[in-house]
Amino acid sequence: MLINVPETVVDDGLRGFAAAHPELTVDVENRIVLRRDAPVAGQVALVSGGGSGHEPLHAGFVGPGMLAGACAGAIFTSPVPDQMVRAAAAVDSGAGVLFVVKNYTGDVLNFDMAAELTEDEGIQVAKVLVDDDVAVTDSLYTAGRRGTGATLFVEKIAGAAAEAGAPLERVESIARRVNARSRSFGVALSACTTPAKGSPTFELPDGELELGIGIHGEPGRERRPMMTSGEIADFAVDAVLQDLRPKGPVLALVNGMGATPLLELYGFNAEVQRVLGERGVPVARTLVGNYVTSLDMAGCSVTLCEADEDLLRLWDAPVSTPALRWGR
Amino acid sequence: MSTETYGAGFFRDWLTAAAAAVDREAGRLTELDSAIGDADHGANLQRGFAAVAATLEKEPPATPGAVLTGAGRQLISTVGGASGPLYGTLLRRTGKALGDAERVSRTGLAEALAAGVAAVSRLGGARPGDKTMLDALGPAAEALGDSFAAAREAAEAGALATVPMLARKGRASYLGERSVGHQDPGATSSALLFAALADVAGAADAVEGTS
Repeated sequence: MLINVPETVVDDGLRGFAAAHPELTVDVENRIVLRRDAPVAGQVALVSGGGSGHEPLHAGFVGPGMLAGACAGAIFTSPVPDQMVRAAAAVDSGAGVLFVVKNYTGDVLNFDMAAELTEDEGIQVAKVLVDDDVAVTDSLYTAGRRGTGATLFVEKIAGAAAEAGAPLERVESIARRVNARSRSFGVALSACTTPAKGSPTFELPDGELELGIGIHGEPGRERRPMMTSGEIADFAVDAVLQDLRPKGPVLALVNGMGATPLLELYGFNAEVQRVLGERGVPVARTLVGNYVTSLDMAGCSVTLCEADEDLLRLWDAPVSTPALRWGR
Repeated sequence: MSTETYGAGFFRDWLTAAAAAVDREAGRLTELDSAIGDADHGANLQRGFAAVAATLEKEPPATPGAVLTGAGRQLISTVGGASGPLYGTLLRRTGKALGDAERVSRTGLAEALAAGVAAVSRLGGARPGDKTMLDALGPAAEALGDSFAAAREAAEAGALATVPMLARKGRASYLGERSVGHQDPGATSSALLFAALADVAGAADAVEGTS
């Protein structure tokens, strides 16, 4: 591992992030990243956050057109309410704050507490829960579907709405719409290693893969002998389409888990496009890269979002963040 | 014995002993968590309880209730994840239930803990048998009505009883059937809290006996 000691991994990363991105405000002590121009008058501010180890999520999505603030927790551990309250207070222009929360027990509990405390300070707060992972089948008897790749879609599209001056209720409803229309499925070719533990979080022998994994090194639901990129695309896209059944074109995110080369991801994307073509699903936009990662896990996930004209226009709107940058 | 009461010093000793136990067992908690979670339970509690112990030493609160509410707030502010709000709520609500009494009896603490455990259940939405910390906390709080040793045993038995359970809450629930056969890390750390409580109570009784 390219680290000094496990205890300082998150802070070291934030210090380096600050040095690379002078256009953002990085509070290393409180582990908060903010738009430098926040609060932006008249604009709703999106604040997200989560455990570290998923970079560039979330700090890499801070900037005009996306998040106003992001809070970093310890590795794979939700940040604490104090961070969220501080971030919300720093970015609120008076138009209100939208918390974008991935559906994990820890994130939900901490953001709930933060929302209460933030409202106590007289700031308007709305929350949107991202829960797109179809690998979690039995939502009634689990903590519910996990938030994964759709987080990027929600943050980008709702962020564009906020940038355009939409009021809080509208930004919130767009965020909910994006989440409701998005589904993901992830596959691991190797487990990941957290710095604190120093060994893989689960045993995955060479020649096998794990289907339906999350983004925290937690094992998935099923293990199989190694499949080809094409076979994995068939499995993952079908798992998503069984649940989404889009009637129109989709946004596609082919996401790397951290240790899979881009060359392989692009090859996998070719297979994903093939399967979507065979299933008669038109693709409006495609994004390929490492965006919602799981440390050094090898593997990939597919996220599809059924996108109408409205959502596509917001997707195409300019964005200027460390990890996503286009337009203007 | 049942008329024995305990002051703020006893509660500070309890949490300091709990911090030491968490520190000692962090590796095991993380190991359990890597089997069905995300391999960070040990490190997260270590961070939180170390902060609690440090604050208790620097600014010791005057009443048992204040010791517990302060520690609960500190856990919420330092741990993160699910265990921060859950353990924080357990201690905060237990402390609130103790009010501003200078000293509390074992049975008084048992009643207050029952209120704390109920708050944890409401916050996390878990019920007994869901393979969570509640499976150790619930039986332990109840057994504390009998004795400190009974509470320790009930917590340990509760933690062991999570092994064959199917997880229905928290990150382990994503594994479905594959969560069966592993001991729940949260129930295990809860058992550490009650072991520390019994140790400190034993020491307090021994001191009492010699005086």
